[in-house]
Amino acid sequence: MTAGPVSPPRPVTPDPARMATTPLTVLTVARMTLREASRRKVVLALAALTVVLLGLDAWGFAKIPGLETDQAGQLTSGEARLIASILLNLVIFAMSLIVALGTAFLAGPTLSGELESGVALAVLARPVRRTAVLLGKWLGLVAFAAIFVVVACGLQFVIVWVTVGYVPPHPVTAMAFLLAEAVVLLSLALLLSSLLSPMASGVLAVGFFGATWVAGVIGGIGDVVGNDGVARVGDISRILLPTDGLWHGVMTALQAPSVLADAGDALGNPFLSPGPLSAAYLGWVVVWLALVLGVSTASFARRDI
Amino acid sequence: MAFAEDDLLAAEAVADVADIEPPDRPSPAVWCSGISKRYGRRAALTSVSLTIERGEVVGLLGPNGAGKTSLIKIMLGLVRADAGEVMLLGRYGHEPGSRSGVGYLPELFRYQPWLTAEEVLAYHARLARLPVDAATRLDLLTTVGLRARAGDRVGRFSKGMQQRLGLAVSMLGDPQLVVLDEPTSALDPVGRADVREILLKLKARGTAVLLNSHLIGEVERVCDRVVILDHGRVAAAGSLDELLGESEVRLRLDGVDDAARRLLGRYGGFEQTGNWVQVRAIPPDEVPDLVAGLVRLGIRVYAVEPGRMTLEDRLLDVLRPGGAR
Repeated sequence: MTAGPVSPPRPVTPDPARMATTPLTVLTVARMTLREASRRKVVLALAALTVVLLGLDAWGFAKIPGLETDQAGQLTSGEARLIASILLNLVIFAMSLIVALGTAFLAGPTLSGELESGVALAVLARPVRRTAVLLGKWLGLVAFAAIFVVVACGLQFVIVWVTVGYVPPHPVTAMAFLLAEAVVLLSLALLLSSLLSPMASGVLAVGFFGATWVAGVIGGIGDVVGNDGVARVGDISRILLPTDGLWHGVMTALQAPSVLADAGDALGNPFLSPGPLSAAYLGWVVVWLALVLGVSTASFARRDI
Repeated sequence: MAFAEDDLLAAEAVADVADIEPPDRPSPAVWCSGISKRYGRRAALTSVSLTIERGEVVGLLGPNGAGKTSLIKIMLGLVRADAGEVMLLGRYGHEPGSRSGVGYLPELFRYQPWLTAEEVLAYHARLARLPVDAATRLDLLTTVGLRARAGDRVGRFSKGMQQRLGLAVSMLGDPQLVVLDEPTSALDPVGRADVREILLKLKARGTAVLLNSHLIGEVERVCDRVVILDHGRVAAAGSLDELLGESEVRLRLDGVDDAARRLLGRYGGFEQTGNWVQVRAIPPDEVPDLVAGLVRLGIRVYAVEPGRMTLEDRLLDVLRPGGAR
């Protein structure tokens, strides 16, 4: 039974002015994602958390120069640097948690939330490629994470410099690695949100992030006790989800070279990194991102909306 | 179903004519052929074919679960068909560009709650690369009765207001084809009347419209043609005249004589039962002339009733063959 002819009509020549253009769609969706992030309450929560964290750690860092040792003497400059370096890593780790929570819980609603609510129906019925929409959302989230990392870390570095006089050796590299860590996590969250509900994708992404960090700490303990099997837990987790590996890159860029010598050995300390990341590992991070984005776009492109 | 088979033959005849049309004839607004879709074991659509010509207003009717929304989503590339082909405005449906002249109001109408109504229109204009300026966007919001709320966040809108916004989004950039999936489901009677006005304006402008609605009266008023889906198949299709039959009229008369019978016999035949006379195949605009003629012949006319079956009756006939109405 038909309601029309079965022979296909002649295709028309597309009007170039109205053809779907992927780069423009990516930029349009990215801008919209950034605007969404700026208007959602999660951003206010992030800002409040960051302000509280910066206020508390400004107070804490200001106390360091006045600290006295057990021998009733002032801290040496080396001791103060060691404490400031470890504390800085600790505070930046808290920031990485904030950015991880923020981006993961923004990535979930921005894709699966739109799919569930029906917002995606009107958008994807426009002359756009789904790949472009997904990449636009990814780019918007990356931009949001970049703004957060630059502002929050920049303020943090100023606080440490003013209170303790400590300037991290490679602040820009540290911010780049922290951003890369956020990008890895938001890419995972975006992949999960193309398959799962908004809340489930956010919870799983943050759960994986936490599990990888714990696995990294366990691996460090394995290094300390010389147990290769336990040490390998950290290595494998850093390959499966490179957030903890990149976190070690952040710490390396923040800690003064003399800190490792003063601390004797960084092995087993979750807030000190024993050395820089290898080029091979950084290459793997790029491959990992490409794989995750590839699977996300393929999954999203084939999905019934 | 004999009637539907006739439709098929008629449709194939149209296809034959279409094949010999000159090359400058515009391609149909929608051309679907052999669309099939299964969700697990359940067949949502089975070999559905459908054509909507440019400027044609087509109603898509059928019970819940008949496959209407699935068909619409397949047309618009939102759902992948298991088999079949789609062309929109002369371009294959797998090309995103085929949707560049298409407006769509989904059954599940939701828009970014963090945007204002005006910003939603601007976003869709950018996505579709439509040169729609701010004044035009405000005009659209005026058309759907949201001018006063243009700067309000969509998150604060009622369902009805979001559906009105969806109508504005679907009309953005004067599309050549508008697909409306249950456009009045959240609207009050005033809103429904507004939608009818909008549909008539689209029709007057030559925009092709596919209207999926359970409001059969609306479909009957504005549509040129109707397609009835049932269990994922086209159960019947055709113009209203084809589906509902020719217009009839029932008259209650007193004093019918031979002269009156000759007058009544000028149309498609008549049948007299007591004082009631049923005249077949009479165009509606000729009924007053018939009544005037009968009065001139001295016949007393007590009642005049249109006799054509309604679209609702026809739909129930198709969906419940043999069942009581």
